[in-house]
Amino acid sequence: MSGESGSTIKLNELPNDQWARVVEVEVPTDSADRELVLRLVELGFVPDELLCIVAVGLPGREPLAVRLGGTTFALRRHEASFIRVSPR
Amino acid sequence: MIDPEVLAPPVRIALMGNPNCGKTALYNLLTGSRQKVANYAGVTVERKEGTLHTTSGRRVSVLDLPGAYSLNALSNDEALTRDVVTGHSREALPDLLVCVTDATNLRLHLRMVLELRRLGLPMVVVLNKMDRVEKLGIRIDQELLAKELAVPVVGTVGVHAHGADGLRTFLDQPVQPSVHRPWTAPGLEQVLATQQDVQRIYKRVVTEPTVDRDPSDRIDKVMMHPIWGFAILAVVLFLTFVAVFSVGGWLTGFIEDGMDLLAALITGHMAEGSFRDLLVEGVIGGVGSVLVFLPQILILFLFILGLEASGYLPRAAFLLDRPMSKAGLSGRSFIPLLSSFACAIPGIMATRTIGNWRDRLTTILIAPLMACSARIPVYTLLIAAMFPSDPVSGALVMVGLYVLGIVAAMTVAWVIKRTDRDKSHAPLLMELPPYQWPDLRSLVIGIYERGMIFLKRVGTVIMALTIVMWALSSTPSPWATATGTPMEQSLAGELGHALEYVFAPIGFNAEISVALVPGMAAREVVVSSLGMVYAVEGDDAEMGAQLRERITRDWSTGTKLSLLMWLVFAPQCLSTFVVVKRETGSWRTMWIMGGYLFGLAYLASLITYQLTIAITG
Repeated sequence: MSGESGSTIKLNELPNDQWARVVEVEVPTDSADRELVLRLVELGFVPDELLCIVAVGLPGREPLAVRLGGTTFALRRHEASFIRVSPR
Repeated sequence: MIDPEVLAPPVRIALMGNPNCGKTALYNLLTGSRQKVANYAGVTVERKEGTLHTTSGRRVSVLDLPGAYSLNALSNDEALTRDVVTGHSREALPDLLVCVTDATNLRLHLRMVLELRRLGLPMVVVLNKMDRVEKLGIRIDQELLAKELAVPVVGTVGVHAHGADGLRTFLDQPVQPSVHRPWTAPGLEQVLATQQDVQRIYKRVVTEPTVDRDPSDRIDKVMMHPIWGFAILAVVLFLTFVAVFSVGGWLTGFIEDGMDLLAALITGHMAEGSFRDLLVEGVIGGVGSVLVFLPQILILFLFILGLEASGYLPRAAFLLDRPMSKAGLSGRSFIPLLSSFACAIPGIMATRTIGNWRDRLTTILIAPLMACSARIPVYTLLIAAMFPSDPVSGALVMVGLYVLGIVAAMTVAWVIKRTDRDKSHAPLLMELPPYQWPDLRSLVIGIYERGMIFLKRVGTVIMALTIVMWALSSTPSPWATATGTPMEQSLAGELGHALEYVFAPIGFNAEISVALVPGMAAREVVVSSLGMVYAVEGDDAEMGAQLRERITRDWSTGTKLSLLMWLVFAPQCLSTFVVVKRETGSWRTMWIMGGYLFGLAYLASLITYQLTIAITG
């Protein structure tokens, strides 16, 4: 699931209100996680899409509300950690 | 030579699409009141089927499939949709698949279209919410989209009276013959390839406005703010509570008056006898005492359905996810639990959207602890009897009972989490759809459905229980040894004396004990049963006043408090049990739920009663 490497961070590390481009979606080893990542890809978390964290739960920035295209999704940090993004 | 039958217009169509594509509003617009709700054979997913009329007046049957993001199902609802469209269910394949998309969000919804296209079924793509597309300044080249997809495309507005006219006309045209292909679950590589197609088509077909006109993000800045968000949530819940009790209570007065009038009419026009007693005391007194709560239940549903349709509830679930995770739940449980305040049954059915089985089971098990609207009559009576001249304390106790249920539910969820060895990670993955005004038609249909369910329950279960209770308390016992009132010598009196052995330690006398028996099946009848065993007579309002007086005079404080505790915890609804069995497919789960609720109720009442006795002497 390629993309260029470079200064990428995990989605859960992205600061609030900072737009970023999806670079890569990691394939986890755990089968439940793989199912989850497949769903993320189906929902549009794929390379080249732009996204932004619009709100976070407290304490501990959990969960994350991620704006992706025309949709906002609530994700856990765990799910978000499989998505590598490059901030713009 | 083409078989003319193959090229006939469709007779059976199926609606499907992602959640939040406006499919329900469109379905309601197409079919109006010509709808049937049932369950799919063997599974507990709601099967909605209706009839629509095409432009030429032909009748077409419409199957409304549960919303799904993908055929790679993660929940029961999605699995059912997959099975129907891939031909793996008892349901016949539809003549035409109507794939509904949110035209303002094609980037997300197009992928499902491409996935469905592979099935080879005759299909039409519906671009719904076209009114919003215009408002947001989005431009969609429908012709080009149809060409790219090689599938016809029709625009609709599910919330306008004539918004589906184009689709109705389309349905008069013959459909292409089906070339059904078997479905295999696509892997990650294939999904990524599909998404590249989506990106390409989207770029060619859709022109997004340069200025973002969707106010949802700006609203979210406030609604999901860690402080303001919670403040708004508290206000929303408070307003709901106030509306249910003030407006609902006010409307209840009219129904009470109507019932009294009916009782007076019958009393005046019928000869005295046990049949008149049955009608006035059993049917009108019993059923009427439940029927008066219809406005409160409908107002509660109005708020819940309206808040859900507006897109607010998923935000509330987002806010509450973190606090609820402390109790071992997730934000996904919020909407089912909130619905349980109206009634545990739709609440338990709403847990279907929770993909994680452990979370779903926990939510089902604690749903009956949310104070459902059927508790209102019993709570109201007891509180009025305890604080006859102090409405403020009464209101505080009422709030306290609701809070007690919530605290108990969270504690039970926490205990379940502690004892469960499965520590697997439960995902949240929830869409927060754009804010919108609720569709009035869908709101009305939704509330009408809930109202009918309630009325059916009143007409069957509650009516039957009331009549049985009436018969027991007016039939003299053949083994009567006790001397005393006719009630004490009746069959119900005998039953009460037998039960007193179990319930005496928690402060219940024979009358309460016997009234609780039908209450196990439907808690609403506790009030009318108490009325019967205390042999108070007269119409509804008089009965209530007399009963309140008896309770204030005859019961000790300990007994009243203990009964309140009992009503908070005890399993008192047969229908809930039936639904739990159906939803979990397990008798064991059902009995575990009944057992723990009974145990909790007995324990709480025992502690309350014994403590009160010790304190008050």
